[in-house]
Amino acid sequence: MNPSVIFSNLFQSFGINCTIFFITLLIALPFGLIVAFGAMSRFRPLAYVIKFFVWIIRGTPLMLQIIFIYYGPGLLHWGQPWNAMGTSGRVVATCVAFIINYSCYFSEIYRGGIQSVPRGQYEAGQVLGMTKSQIFFKITLLQVIKRVIPPMGNEFMTLIKDTALANIIACKEIIMMSKEFINKGLIWPLFSTALFFLLFCGVLTLLFSWFEKRMDYFRV
Amino acid sequence: MPILQVNNIYKSFGQTKVLDDISFSLERGQALAIIGSSGSGKTTLLRCLNFLETPDAGTITVNGETLFNAADRGSTSDAEIRKKRLHFGMVFQSFHLFPQYTALENVMLAGLMLAKERPDYKKNKKEIHEEIEHAAIGLLEKMSLEGRMSHYPHQLSGGQQQRVAIARALALQPDILCFDEPTSALDPELTGEVLRVIRSLADQHTTMIIVTHEMAFARDVADHILFMDGGVIVEEGTPAELFENTQNDRTRAFLSRFSQNS
Repeated sequence: MNPSVIFSNLFQSFGINCTIFFITLLIALPFGLIVAFGAMSRFRPLAYVIKFFVWIIRGTPLMLQIIFIYYGPGLLHWGQPWNAMGTSGRVVATCVAFIINYSCYFSEIYRGGIQSVPRGQYEAGQVLGMTKSQIFFKITLLQVIKRVIPPMGNEFMTLIKDTALANIIACKEIIMMSKEFINKGLIWPLFSTALFFLLFCGVLTLLFSWFEKRMDYFRV
Repeated sequence: MPILQVNNIYKSFGQTKVLDDISFSLERGQALAIIGSSGSGKTTLLRCLNFLETPDAGTITVNGETLFNAADRGSTSDAEIRKKRLHFGMVFQSFHLFPQYTALENVMLAGLMLAKERPDYKKNKKEIHEEIEHAAIGLLEKMSLEGRMSHYPHQLSGGQQQRVAIARALALQPDILCFDEPTSALDPELTGEVLRVIRSLADQHTTMIIVTHEMAFARDVADHILFMDGGVIVEEGTPAELFENTQNDRTRAFLSRFSQNS
């Protein structure tokens, strides 16, 4: 088989990995912030429920969560929501699992970032007559963003590599595709997938160091 | 009528009584210094005035308007507390400037936020912005920070940061300006510039409350001094009365410790 055909196949299936990556970020980044606020809520029962949920999600393998999301509804006789979506059902199920999982991880990063903003910053805003939302959006948020860039860079890199886990439910991402070549007796495509991830992470690294530099104009 | 009247303020944190029946008043244009050792309740008192802490009992009245009454806490919405806070300006020990804003932006921020509530804001956005900027520049010039307006806090010395913080507190034209140990976080060689600014504010009859460990400064600038110990006002009077004709043993012990140190 022609290597360029193989690479083009791998490239196409890497599109699935990228799709999972971007959809997860698009939803989990804002959703994680909501989870973080829930975990910091002064209404204790809500905080406990959310902390318990975060513990479950962070305490179990992502692979298991993907399997649970994909097969769970059928096993519990709730119907087959993913099958109903046709070929994209597996991708959607993976995205759902990833969004839940990454929202929890992001929420902890946000929480750390928010709680590391000195109390004095809030108080300075308060004595200047600012509202809670003005204090958050005009004072705290940018300081939080600056603080969470490095751990977020880590999470982004883990995320793109985690997308390979989607192959557990036969979602046609790059590892799944390379397994098909193994069935045809070719082992090298599997190892060549590393190049795709390496390239992707290289771009991420550059992006994050650019962003970090952009935030260099102030110190927190 | 005094501009500020504080009556029978009590405050405890758990079992610890921090403020124990504090009453005092302040006339417009006067500078009040509060002295006393660490843990005597000075800072908590300032924080109560700025609604950063809620007293357990007592009343706070500004300009005849009761801002706080522990016995009648019926309606204290966020919006109301925000409005009440504006009677007071606060300068913190460790400045608390907003790091992502320049000196000028730090001074302008709260004014811009408040302006958004003005009914004519949308129509005169540009004029209002210029007005606020003009006032902020004026304040920073008053603080001798002409060349530092577009500097970020981390590019400024401690003394410069504290002067920006003073300008920021003045920008909303509070009735009473509070200083919480404004020079305690500064290197000794930088305290002078901050004290000079506060002194010039006193000369212009800015109504002020200054919590400080700088005895010579308090004696020099204040019209009235409170000495606090263990959550109570042990002694009060004019600087001359307090420093030269000390009545109370605790005050005497405190002052002698300070004169030994300096």
